[in-house]
Amino acid sequence: MHSTLAVLTWLTDPWQEALTRRALLEVVLLGVAGGALGCWLLFFNLAYSAESLAHALLPGLVGAALLGLPLLLGGAAGLLVGAVAVAVAGRIDGLDRDTAVAVVVTGLFGLGVLLALSPESPAGLQGLLFGDVLGVSDSDLLLAAGLVAVVLAALWVLHDRLLVVGFDRLSAAGLGVRPLAVDVALLVLLAVALLVAVQGLGNLLVVAVLMAPASAARLVTRRMGPMLLVSGLIAVLAGTGGLYLSYYAGTAAGASIAGMLVAVYVILALGGGLVRAVVPRDRALAQPSA
Amino acid sequence: MTDPVPAPGAAAAAPADARVLVRTAGLACGYAGTPVLTGVDLTLRAGDRVAVLGPNGGGKTTLFRTLLRELDPLAGTLDLSARCAVVPQTERSRLDFPVSATDVALMGAVSRLAWWRRPSRADRRLARAALDQVGLAEHADRTFGDLSGGQRQRVLVARALVQDAPIVLLDEPFTGLDAVSAERLEQLLLALADEGRGLLIATHDVDQARRWGTVLCLNRRQIAYGGAEVLTRSVLEATYGGEIVDIDCAVHGHHPAVLPAHHHEH
Repeated sequence: MHSTLAVLTWLTDPWQEALTRRALLEVVLLGVAGGALGCWLLFFNLAYSAESLAHALLPGLVGAALLGLPLLLGGAAGLLVGAVAVAVAGRIDGLDRDTAVAVVVTGLFGLGVLLALSPESPAGLQGLLFGDVLGVSDSDLLLAAGLVAVVLAALWVLHDRLLVVGFDRLSAAGLGVRPLAVDVALLVLLAVALLVAVQGLGNLLVVAVLMAPASAARLVTRRMGPMLLVSGLIAVLAGTGGLYLSYYAGTAAGASIAGMLVAVYVILALGGGLVRAVVPRDRALAQPSA
Repeated sequence: MTDPVPAPGAAAAAPADARVLVRTAGLACGYAGTPVLTGVDLTLRAGDRVAVLGPNGGGKTTLFRTLLRELDPLAGTLDLSARCAVVPQTERSRLDFPVSATDVALMGAVSRLAWWRRPSRADRRLARAALDQVGLAEHADRTFGDLSGGQRQRVLVARALVQDAPIVLLDEPFTGLDAVSAERLEQLLLALADEGRGLLIATHDVDQARRWGTVLCLNRRQIAYGGAEVLTRSVLEATYGGEIVDIDCAVHGHHPAVLPAHHHEH
C-alpha cells in the first residue's frame, strides 16, 4: 500500500504545476501529429526534406524574436524563404539537388545563428535551437491544438491518395490521383507540423518527433492504419517519458524527449534483431506460393 | 481480322458487331510535341484481346499513357467510348509498403470518388469480390509484398476490376512469371475478355500473341494491326528492327527468334 502510494506520488509529482501540465499537453499534441505524419514522410522519402526545412526556418524564428513577433509567424516566413531558396538553388546548372539544398540550408542556418548572437537578441539562441517545451503559453497551446487538428483531418481525408502515390507513383494518374497535388499537400502538412513542433523541441530536435516514432512503428506493424496509430502512441509515450526524465534527472526537456523517442526506436530495433536471431522465422509459412 | 475457324485453345477476335471501345485514326502520341509513335489505326471491340508487340521504346507505354488521357494526342483522332484502367508491372510498386492485397485492390475505387471522399464498405466488398474473381480470396489479407509475382500481378488486375473499366491495358503482365502463374493469368485474361472487356496486353511472346487473335505491332509507328496472320517474318523484323533467326532449342524445339534488338527470355 505504501509503495503504491509512492509510485502514484512519483507519477503525479511532475504535474503539480501548470507549467509542466502545459508542457505535457504540448508533447501529446505534437506527438500525435508528428508521429502520424512521420509515417508518410518515411514512405515518401522526405526525412531529409524535413530536416532541411526545420533548419532553414531558423532565421525566421530569430527574426521574429528580435522584432517581438509571434514565433509561429517568423517560422512561417522562414519556411517560405527557405522553400523558395531551395527551389531556386535546385535550378542552378551543375549543382545537384542534394548539394543545392545543403548549401541553402546551412546558409540560412548560419544566418539565423548570426542574428541570434547579435547583442539585440533577447531570449538567446538556446530556446530556439533546442526548444522550450516548459515555456509554452495557453495561446501557444490553443494554436498548436488547432494546427494539429488540421494536420490530422488532412491526413484522414488524404489517406487513400497518399497510399496510391506512395505505393506506385507512376500509376497514380491512371487511378485518378495527381501525384504532384499529393506531394504538395504533404509538404504543406510538414511545414505546419514543423511550426507546431519547433516551439517545443526546437530547431535541431524537431526531426526526432517526425522520424523516430514512425521508424519504430514500422518495425512492429504490417499495415498503414495501425502504423499511424502506433507511431502516434510511441511519440506520446516517449514524449511523456522524456518529461519525466527531465523532471527527475534535471535534464533539458527538449533533449530528453528527443532522446526518449530515439531510444524507443533503438530498443525495438535491437529487440527485433534479438528475436529474429533466437527464433528463426518459419520460412515455410513466410514463403509465398505460386 | 476475324478468324472463322479458331485453332483449339485459341480465341478469335470479337465479332464485328461487338461494341467498339476504342477507335483511332492516324493517331500520333508523344511528349511535348515530339511524337514517339505515329500512324496508329486501331479498333478495339468488347471481347478483344490484343497483343501489343514491339521493342522497349517502341511506343507501347506512350500509347497506353495516351489512352489513359495522361498525354494528349499529337495528331489524328482518338475515340474512347469507355474508361481505361492500367495494370502496371508489379516491380514498379514498393514491396515494403504496409498494404494488404485488399488495400491495393481498393485503390481502384479512389478514381471514382471525389477528392474528399473515402472508400466505403461497399467499395471494400467490391475489392474483396475482385480478389475472389482473380482467385486470391484466401490471400486477401496478406501483405502485397509477401505475395508471389503472379499473385501480385493478379492483385493489380483485381484493382483494375474495382475501377470497373471496360478497357484494360496490361504492361507486360507475363514478365517474370513461372509457367503455372502465366497459365492462371492467361485464363483470367480470357475470362475478362469473355465478360466483354477489351484488353490491350503488351508482351514479348510472339507465340502468345498468335493465340490471342489480334496483334498490334509497334516500332515508333504502327507496323501492323490485325489477326495472327499479319505476323509475317517481315512484320516481325520491322517490329523488332532486327534479324529473325531460327533457333533449334532442346526445350522448345524449332522456333524463330529475333536478334539482336531484343533478347527473348526462355
